[in-house]
Amino acid sequence: MTVWLVLGAALAVALVVVVALPFLRDPAPSSDSLHELTAAERERLEAQEARDRALAALKELEADHRAGRVSDEDYRSVIGVVRRDAADALRRLDRVEGARAGGAKSR
Amino acid sequence: MADLGRAALLLTLGLSVYALVAGAAAAALGRRRLAHSARNALYASFLSTLVASVVLVAGFVRDDFSLAYVAGHSSRDLPLQYKLSAFWGGQEGSLLLWLLILTAYASLAIWFARRRAADLVVWVTPVLAGIGVAFTWLLVAVSSPFDTIAAPADGSGLNPSLQNPYMVIHPVFLYLGYVGLAVPFAFAMGALLSGRTDERWIVATRRWTIIAWTALGVGQLLGAHWAYQEVGWGGYYAWDPVENAALMPWLVATAFLHSVMIQEKRGMLRVWNVSLVGLAFCLSLFGTFLTRSGIVSSIHSFTQSGIGPWFLAFVVIAVVFTTVMIWLRLPQLRTSARLESLVSREAAFLYNNLLLVALGLTILWGTAWPIVSEAVRGEAVVVGRPYYDFFLRIFGLPLLLLMGIGPLIAWRRASLRGLARVFVWPAGVALATGAFLILLGAGSSIPGLIAYTFSAFVLAAIVLEFARGTAARRALTGESVPAAFGQLIGRNRRRYGGYVVHASIVLLAIGVAGSSAYDSVAEGRLARGESLTVGDYTLTYRALTERDGANATEIRALLDVRRGGEELGTVSAGKNAYSAEQQVSNEVGIRSDLLTGEDLFVIAEQVRDDGAVFFRVFVKPLVNLIWLAGLVFVLGSLITLWPDAREERRLATRYARAGEPADRPAT
Repeated sequence: MTVWLVLGAALAVALVVVVALPFLRDPAPSSDSLHELTAAERERLEAQEARDRALAALKELEADHRAGRVSDEDYRSVIGVVRRDAADALRRLDRVEGARAGGAKSR
Repeated sequence: MADLGRAALLLTLGLSVYALVAGAAAAALGRRRLAHSARNALYASFLSTLVASVVLVAGFVRDDFSLAYVAGHSSRDLPLQYKLSAFWGGQEGSLLLWLLILTAYASLAIWFARRRAADLVVWVTPVLAGIGVAFTWLLVAVSSPFDTIAAPADGSGLNPSLQNPYMVIHPVFLYLGYVGLAVPFAFAMGALLSGRTDERWIVATRRWTIIAWTALGVGQLLGAHWAYQEVGWGGYYAWDPVENAALMPWLVATAFLHSVMIQEKRGMLRVWNVSLVGLAFCLSLFGTFLTRSGIVSSIHSFTQSGIGPWFLAFVVIAVVFTTVMIWLRLPQLRTSARLESLVSREAAFLYNNLLLVALGLTILWGTAWPIVSEAVRGEAVVVGRPYYDFFLRIFGLPLLLLMGIGPLIAWRRASLRGLARVFVWPAGVALATGAFLILLGAGSSIPGLIAYTFSAFVLAAIVLEFARGTAARRALTGESVPAAFGQLIGRNRRRYGGYVVHASIVLLAIGVAGSSAYDSVAEGRLARGESLTVGDYTLTYRALTERDGANATEIRALLDVRRGGEELGTVSAGKNAYSAEQQVSNEVGIRSDLLTGEDLFVIAEQVRDDGAVFFRVFVKPLVNLIWLAGLVFVLGSLITLWPDAREERRLATRYARAGEPADRPAT
C-alpha cells in the first residue's frame, strides 16, 4: 500500500511541476498580458475570411460550370454577383491592409 | 494499487478544477502565464486519468478481486480480451473511459489550436475543464471504480451479452463519438465567451467534429452488428432508448456538418450552427444519462444507479449555459447575407438540416415519452416501433433524395431549366430502376420501392459527379483518366469524400430496406431429421452437440441448408450456459451469401430435453450491404479528414496574426 501511495505522491509532484512550468520558466516577465487581437487585426482577419470565401465561391462556380453542373444560363445569372463579391472583398482587404501599413509608417 | 487509482482520480479532479478556475480567471483578466498554466493542467489531467485507467486495467488482468468493480465484472476464467473490455462493462469503468477520452481529446484539440487560435483557446480551456470536473466528480464522489472489498475467491463474471468481440470495440467508438462532440461544443462556447465569432472556431474543430461523427457512426454500426449476432431476435436496430441516444446526436452532428458549409461558403447560419453544436453535445450528455440512469428500460443498460440526477443536472446546466451564451452574442452572430433563392445549394442544405433535426427531435420525443408520460399521468407509456418507422419514412426518404439533389444545385440560385438538364440522367436511372423493380415484384412494399428508386437517383448523381469532374479535369490538364480521377479527389477531399459518405448512406438505405421490407420468416419445432422451408431455403435439423468452452457450456443444433436442390452446407445455432454468471445466451447461426448480400439467420429459441428444437429462421435480403456501408463510410470520412497541405498553408497565412507573437516564450 505504501509503495502505491508514494507513487501517487510522486505523480502529484510531477504534475504540479507541469502546471507551474509557465511561472518557473518565466518568473519575471516583461509583460504577462495575453496577446489580444487589436480592432485592426480583427478587421483584417474578417476581411481575409471574406476574401477567401469570395474567391473560393468564384473558383467553385467556374469548376461547376466547366464540369457541366451549372448550366450556361445559371452561370451567366450568378457570375456577375460572385465576381462583384470577390472584387469587394479584395478591395476591403486592400483598404484594411493599406490603413495598417499607413498606421505603421506614421508610427 | 487501488490507492494509486484513487490518488490519480483525485489529482484529475484537482487539475480540472484548477484548469477551470485559473483558465476562467486568466481569460477574464488577460493573464498569459496563468492561461498557459491552466492549459498545462488540462494536459496533466490526461496523464493522471491515464494512470487511473492503467491501474484499473491492471486490476482486471491480475484478477485483483479486492477491487469491487473487478469482482463485479470479471472472473478468473474470463478470456483476456473480455477482461480488458470489462473495463467499460459497468458504470464506473464507462465513466472512467468517458473521462480518459475527454481529457485526451481536450489535450490534443488545444495543442493543435494553440498557435492558430491562441486567444480563443484561452476561453476553450475552462469550458473543457468544466466538463472534466463534472465527470471526475462522479468518479471521485459518487461512483468510484476503486472501491475495495474483502477479495472473494472468484469474481461474478461479465454479462454474457458483453462477451462478444464487438463489445471490445463498439463502446470505445461510441464514446469516441459522444465525447468528441465536447470539442466543437467547447470551441463554439469559447468563441461566444470571448466574442471571437469569426470562423476560427469552425476551422479549429472541423476535423474533430468529423472524427467524433465518424466514430459515433461506426460505433452505432458495430452496435447494430453486435445486436444482430448476439441479442438474437433477428434484427439489428430496435429503436431502443440507448440506441436512439447515439442516433440523436449523430443526426444533429450530420446537420451541423452540412450547415457549417453554408457558413464557410456564404457566411450565413451562424446562430443555427452554434445552436446545432450545443444541441449535439447536450444530446450526447442526455444519451449518457439515459444509458447510465436506468430511467428507461433498455436491453443495453447493463448497470443502473443513482447517478441519474447528477447527469440530469449536468444536462440542464449545459442547455442553460448554451442558450444564455447564444442569446448574449446574438448581435455579433447576425449577418447580412440572406438566402437568395429557394432553389439553390444552400436552400437544399437548409432543407436537409430541417429534416435531420426534425428526425432527431422526433426520436427524442419518442425516447423521452415514457419519462414524460410517467411524470404527467403516473404511468410510463413506451412508444413502439411503428411510431419511429413512420417518422423515419416521412423524414428519411426526402433526406435520401436530397442527398442526390443538394450537391448538384448551384450556390445562390438555379433555374428550373438548368436543373432539368443536370438531373436528366439521375432521374432517368431512378425511373428505370423503379420500373424494373416493380416488374421484379418489389412493389409489395411501397416505402421499400421508393427507397430503392431514390437510392438509384443518388448513386447515379454521385457517379455522374465523379465522371463530370474527371472529364473536366482531363480537358483542363490532359491527364490520363486514373490521374485525373486521383487528382480530382486529392484536390477536393471534402467534396468527394463527402460523396463517398453519401454512397455509404445509400448502401445503408438499400440494406435496411431490403432486410426489413422484403424479409421472410418461418418457425417451427423440429425433431432430428425434420425440415423447415423459408423463402428458397430448406433447412434439415441433423444433430445436437454439447461441449465445454472456456467459460460456458455450448449447445448447438446443426442444420443442413439447401436452396433449389443445391447443397449449401450447414449452419448451427444454439445456446451458451455461463456457469460463473448463471445466465444463458442465444447463439444464432448466420449463413451469409456475399454475392447477393443475403443472410440466412437461424435462432434456436428452445432446446427440449428430448432433443427437439424450436427454430425461428429469417431470410434477410441485402442485409450485408449495411455492414459494407460501414467500410465505405469510413473510407469517405478518411478521404475528408486527410490533411490538405495547400489548405493548411492558406489557413496558416490567414491566421498568422491571430496566433501568439513569436517573441513570447512557448510553454
